[in-house]
Amino acid sequence: MDKFGYRKGIIAGIVVTVCTVYIIQLFHFQVLDDTYKIKAENNSQRVETLYPARGLIYDRERRLLVDNQAAYDLIMLPRQVKRFDTTELLAILGISREFLERNIAKCKEHSPYKPSVLVSQIAGDRYAVLQEKLYRYPGFYIQTRTLRKYHVNHSGDLFGYISEAGAADIEKDPYYAAGDYIGTTGLERTFEWLLRGKKGKKIVLVDNFNREKGSFANGEYDEVATVGEDLYTTLDIDLQSYANLLMQNKKGGIVAIEPKTGEILAKLSAPGYDPRMIVGQDLGRNYPSLQNDPLKPLYDRTTKGRYPPGSTFKPLQALIGLEMGVITPGTLFPCNHGAYIGRFVACHGHKSPVNLREAIETSCNPYFINVFSRVLESPRFRDVRDGYNEWRKYIIAFGLGVKVSADFEEDNGLIPTQEYYDLRLKTRNWYSSYINSLAIGQGELAITPMQMANFTAALANRGYYITPHIASPTNDSLRRRVQRHEVPVDRAHFEVVIEGMRRVVTNGTGWRARVDSVAVAGKTGTAENPHGKDHSVFIAFAPADDPAIALVVYVEHGEWGATYAAAIAGLLIEKYLKGTISGAKRAEEKRIIETNLIFPGS
Amino acid sequence: MSRRASIAANLDWLSIFLYVVLVFMGWASVYATGHEEGQEGIFNFTKEYGKQLCWILAAFVLGFLILLVDTKFFTAFSLVIYGSAMLLLLGVLFFGKEVNASRSWFEIGSIRVQPSEFAKFATALALARVMSRHEFKVMRFGNLLLLGLLLAIPAGLIKLQNDTGSAMVYGAFLLVFFREGLHGSILLLCFLAVALFILSIVSAPFTVLCVIIVITLVATCYYRNAREALSFFAALVACFLLLHLGNLLLDAPFERDKVLLAAYLLCSVASLFFIFSKRLKRLAVLLLLSWLCVGYTVSVDRIFDSLLPHQQHRINILLGIEEETRKNGYHVMQSKIAIGSGGLTGKGFLQGTQIKYNFVPAKSTDFIFCAVGEEWGFVGSTVVILLFMTFILRVIYLAERQRSRFSRVYGYCVASILFFHVAVNIGMTIGLVPVIGIPLPFFSYGGSSLWAFSILIFIFLRLDANRLQVFR
Repeated sequence: MDKFGYRKGIIAGIVVTVCTVYIIQLFHFQVLDDTYKIKAENNSQRVETLYPARGLIYDRERRLLVDNQAAYDLIMLPRQVKRFDTTELLAILGISREFLERNIAKCKEHSPYKPSVLVSQIAGDRYAVLQEKLYRYPGFYIQTRTLRKYHVNHSGDLFGYISEAGAADIEKDPYYAAGDYIGTTGLERTFEWLLRGKKGKKIVLVDNFNREKGSFANGEYDEVATVGEDLYTTLDIDLQSYANLLMQNKKGGIVAIEPKTGEILAKLSAPGYDPRMIVGQDLGRNYPSLQNDPLKPLYDRTTKGRYPPGSTFKPLQALIGLEMGVITPGTLFPCNHGAYIGRFVACHGHKSPVNLREAIETSCNPYFINVFSRVLESPRFRDVRDGYNEWRKYIIAFGLGVKVSADFEEDNGLIPTQEYYDLRLKTRNWYSSYINSLAIGQGELAITPMQMANFTAALANRGYYITPHIASPTNDSLRRRVQRHEVPVDRAHFEVVIEGMRRVVTNGTGWRARVDSVAVAGKTGTAENPHGKDHSVFIAFAPADDPAIALVVYVEHGEWGATYAAAIAGLLIEKYLKGTISGAKRAEEKRIIETNLIFPGS
Repeated sequence: MSRRASIAANLDWLSIFLYVVLVFMGWASVYATGHEEGQEGIFNFTKEYGKQLCWILAAFVLGFLILLVDTKFFTAFSLVIYGSAMLLLLGVLFFGKEVNASRSWFEIGSIRVQPSEFAKFATALALARVMSRHEFKVMRFGNLLLLGLLLAIPAGLIKLQNDTGSAMVYGAFLLVFFREGLHGSILLLCFLAVALFILSIVSAPFTVLCVIIVITLVATCYYRNAREALSFFAALVACFLLLHLGNLLLDAPFERDKVLLAAYLLCSVASLFFIFSKRLKRLAVLLLLSWLCVGYTVSVDRIFDSLLPHQQHRINILLGIEEETRKNGYHVMQSKIAIGSGGLTGKGFLQGTQIKYNFVPAKSTDFIFCAVGEEWGFVGSTVVILLFMTFILRVIYLAERQRSRFSRVYGYCVASILFFHVAVNIGMTIGLVPVIGIPLPFFSYGGSSLWAFSILIFIFLRLDANRLQVFR
């Protein structure tokens, strides 16, 4: 019936034959052949993080300010570590046994399977020796990192520094891992997102001598690192360095802005520090001394320093008075070494009465207090408090008492509110004479140099300012940070005030800011300081008709605005516009450089 | 005796035992590939081993339910089941989801179903139905055509899904046809075709031609024409040497294999007169077959060039043509390292470093045997292979004791499919077969494959339990 029944044997035979062949093959390479065991042992993988080079920082002329230098980290993968010669390793690295043992324990605690940094930032010469001998240390390998390298020896607070990301950074942004660097202050922090690039990773197969044997899974899981983008700043490094030179042995701040664009040309906080002091391992060594320095070199006076504006506030009072129509350029007020306006206001000797231009030129206190009273007590307001609110609106419109810049962490400063005075004066029924020292920039006012520089730029522009910024808008997200802000004051009024400010330099208190063949407009100021000698302030822009630079100079304990601040402003304007200092000014330059206001007489 | 009791009494418990043992060894291997330190518990359903446990329990329920079905259902509805399966295969081409360049999955929510897995038992049922017709003879031309068609439809549809591995499984049914009367020479020819295919890729054309000529001469001797074979050989050598000399004098415009081909052609034409005068019909057929082989090997290179690059690579790797360590050899190399490092007794459960650290690709699916090889060593691998062998031989034994041809054919289908999967899958992990992506039955992670094999086997066990009720 079933004549093919015999074939079951053939089929079963095929099955048995194939199974037998397979078992023989398995016996051959599982039992007889050892090469696969060795290959499996050599089959270890190592994940290497590829750190991208951080973006470089340039000045407005594309001069390199900050770039990178190589540094080497010794990485440990605890699972792969075998017994090794600790004495030799200690000698190569120049570290103590306790330090090594403590760090090894830390690495093991972190993870037995994941790599951790054992010793970071090994110097180049030690690295050379270590690399030669690394084959004796399975489970250890070198990871190349980049550290910052500076081509300037000042303005450390402006550039900021990088340090290892802390637990808080890692929690906030999962991009960071322990051992990563992150911009901690200054531009490094503000532009971390731009400069950092994108980390990559590479999984490599390594043998039991820790030698690379090729990529894992054909590099399917590898990621390429993306180099950080470069930061093109608007800084003029020559001007910045010159400002640093002039400010040596002085405390204070300088901010210079190109008014038409809002680009920051110089931003110096004095005293500063050399950014090279806190690169890499030096950070831990030098940071505490910087932090404990009573002169506070880490403190950015230009954006966080709160100073009363002093007489530099007066041009603003003139503008408000003109815009509100309470005065005209011809309005006269008397002043004989002072005047009685609700209280006696002292002034220095000058002719009387004075018009607006003359009042700015002579910095007449009673004049501006009169203007202030007329503004606040204008019949269009229900009471002085409404008048004050209106006045305050103008101040704010000029970017005072608010954060103005795009790229810095700033202090708000303080322009007190009407409610503040209600509380302070314990009545809602106050008069302008109670607070009229505001008119001459004294009282409760607190304004940062950054705000003051921006205000000067708005004067120079005759009615608008551009968000002060230091990053050239090379891409859209940078471009969005910068906007044009209009100021609600008629252009014609600016011309009157600027005429007065020209006279300050040509005939008045700001004569030290004169620059040959350049029309400089300026205003001196003396910021009252209850803790010691008054601060010297000067705002200026030049050329007056078509301003290329607007700046503010604060010199702490410089007493009169004219003495140091105006002189420094003049030198900076000349340096920026002409590139060099003329012979006539050399003596002035020498006087400024040699002045020591921190330790007078030394 | 109640019906249910009779099923239990006649059920082949040895097969059930082997099935359960293999399924649990499979699950342990999936667990080993997915296990991470610090994650205890087997009921983690975000992990493959947790999900696989669900599929296993569901497969047991499914098997139990199949045992409750009346056997007449399978015979009566076999063609309907086949038809439905074909419709699903067609449907997946249009509505399926593409995974790893193969469009062979239906996606329903988070669950993926692969209809090509289920098409196997449907095809087996259809074949059993067709071949159990009264007085069915395999070697009739019409019948061969019908059987070929029954296989070509699912194989073609699966090939269209770009799942070449699963399509090749249908070649396994040749064993069933052989059992039912397919001429042995066809099986032999298939073997020869595969062997020549490989040879023509590996070796130079001259060697291939030499091999074909030698086989022809040996076959001639086999048919007791040694004298003719010897004289033919002498003539061939003389002819070749002459032509070769001529070729050399002309500064060798022809390659060596071309010269040999010409010599072989001349001698063959000359011998035709001899064959016709002596009426040696067998030698005529042999000569014809020999020339078919020559034509085949020449065309193999063309066929090979028409394959997709990754298929070419896989074949090349198997044949040792390309360097093994990089690129496409990576899979096989890492698989062999994992298995080879297991040694005699293995590294122990959950101690395999190669599978744990992802050196082995597709470690829970196609390369699951690596987990066995690495963690249980030669002993464990051998046990698994022997268990599979025992299972297949048991199925053959059960198939042979059937009274109905339907059950016997179906049983052989089960054995053939299992055999093909086991041979190809394990073969590729140990580098004896090209990398063809088909699962290892009961071991590879995936519900579709496990369920399909469970259905395949339990239908047969149900048919077997009913064998005494069948009258010839």
